Amino acid sequence: MTALHPIAEHALLVEFGRQATDQAHDQVLALDAALTGTPPVGIRQTIPAHASLMIEFDPAQTDHNRIGAAVQDLLSAPAGPRPTPAEHLIDICYDGPCAPDLDAVARASGLDREQAAACHLSGEYRVRIYGFAPGYAYLSGVPEPLRLPRKPKALRDVPAGSVLIAGGQCIISTLTMPTGWWIVGRSPARILTGDPARPFLFDIGDIIRFRRIPESALR
Amino acid sequence: MTDAVIRVVAAGPHVSVQDGGRPGLARFGVPHSGPMDRIALAAGNTVLGNDPGQAGIEVSLGGLMLECLHGELGFAVAGGGFVIDHAGQRHHGWFGSTLRAGEKLVIRPGFWGTWACLALAGRVEADAWLGSRATHVPSGLGGGKVVAGQVLRVSDTRALPQDVAIPVPVFALPRHKLHVTLGPQDDLFPDHAMQDFLHGQFRLGSAYDRMGVRLTGPALVPESALDIASGPIARGSVQVDGQGVATVLLADHQTTGGYPRIATVLDADLDAFVQLRPGDQLRFRAVSADEATAIARTKRQTTARYLDALRRRG
Repeated sequence: MTALHPIAEHALLVEFGRQATDQAHDQVLALDAALTGTPPVGIRQTIPAHASLMIEFDPAQTDHNRIGAAVQDLLSAPAGPRPTPAEHLIDICYDGPCAPDLDAVARASGLDREQAAACHLSGEYRVRIYGFAPGYAYLSGVPEPLRLPRKPKALRDVPAGSVLIAGGQCIISTLTMPTGWWIVGRSPARILTGDPARPFLFDIGDIIRFRRIPESALR
Repeated sequence: MTDAVIRVVAAGPHVSVQDGGRPGLARFGVPHSGPMDRIALAAGNTVLGNDPGQAGIEVSLGGLMLECLHGELGFAVAGGGFVIDHAGQRHHGWFGSTLRAGEKLVIRPGFWGTWACLALAGRVEADAWLGSRATHVPSGLGGGKVVAGQVLRVSDTRALPQDVAIPVPVFALPRHKLHVTLGPQDDLFPDHAMQDFLHGQFRLGSAYDRMGVRLTGPALVPESALDIASGPIARGSVQVDGQGVATVLLADHQTTGGYPRIATVLDADLDAFVQLRPGDQLRFRAVSADEATAIARTKRQTTARYLDALRRRG
């Protein structure tokens, strides 16, 4: 059930569902790739999410009907070859002050601290959406035992580079921000790369694995 | 080469460097930013002979006081009905002049409006991020907030040949009736909530910043909402939390979110909408996609004619 929703005068939302499923996300990525390959006249940007894709356009050049027709054509065409997602190996430190919530996560999961770290490390993660703040990439793939609801109280001034988990999702933070997610590690990886040619480390759909480093290797 | 040095004597909250914004990066969590009232910055810049999106300073209801320490700098203030005190003279309404060493410039709220832009006949030195000096205020990325005690340097400055009174177009006045397209999650709201949304009266609440403004009015409690996956958000999205409180998302909005969105305000209405003040009334009026397109195209032409007229005067 694909639904097309006009959004004000300048966008069309293509909804493949309301829940974050692998199938819906695959449909989002496929349509996003197809629109990149055959961009309709007047398109400004596409914004992929878990189960929907927003297509922003210039209302002076096109309108919802034309963008909608282009989407229908792309959806009914045989799927092209799927781009292979990039894979990233991201350093993470689970030691002492780098992971202030790891003990609590371990307790809630019935594990010890080392087992909890190993469990997080074993996951294969996937970039689903960006949101909240620039460079905040929401990764799916937190292993089942570590899936906990958010903490009851948010903590202020959590430093950039903190690796956070809540439910099935994981984030490597890019800014000093308050968060109610569990802080299970610290990474030196910079999602906001500072490189104008490639300002964001991850594309949506990329695969992430973590590699453990000691605290001494953080800087 | 001429330049000017300006000291910030006082600045209210939310005062920041803004330019035409940072388009095309929403997929990476980066909203467009840029001025809340884009007409304001474009008008000021056009009077000065700048590109419409050249970097200037956005002024909030908290106001701004500057002192010129060195040089001379043409400027133009547009957006809202602010009061401008310049070199001992008071001006009501949009206005351009030249700020010279030893002179003060004070911009403070007048009878109407929430956001003004100070355009500068010169290049303000401020950090660019991803090609834009627009400040994403929640993160501080971009040109940055403007705060008391700061010293601003402006290069390649020009003086204005004479003072300029800038005409205020009708479409820049605060807008109380907002055109919206319904959805994308209007189906999650019961009929009576949709009736309240379309026929009820709302007011701007006091929680109002560059990310958005919370409304007070009828509670729009969704039937079954809180487990939908996060989806893309537009500038103008009207999102509703679990208590039924609506928020209109604005220049520095989060790019995705999990609250249901009952409607989206037309972009063409947003520049005038943001000039409402906390406590002001507003109503929503639903339009079709085709009507939205027609409204946007008319607005685009009206704006272009206005800016052309300013350009010809200059």
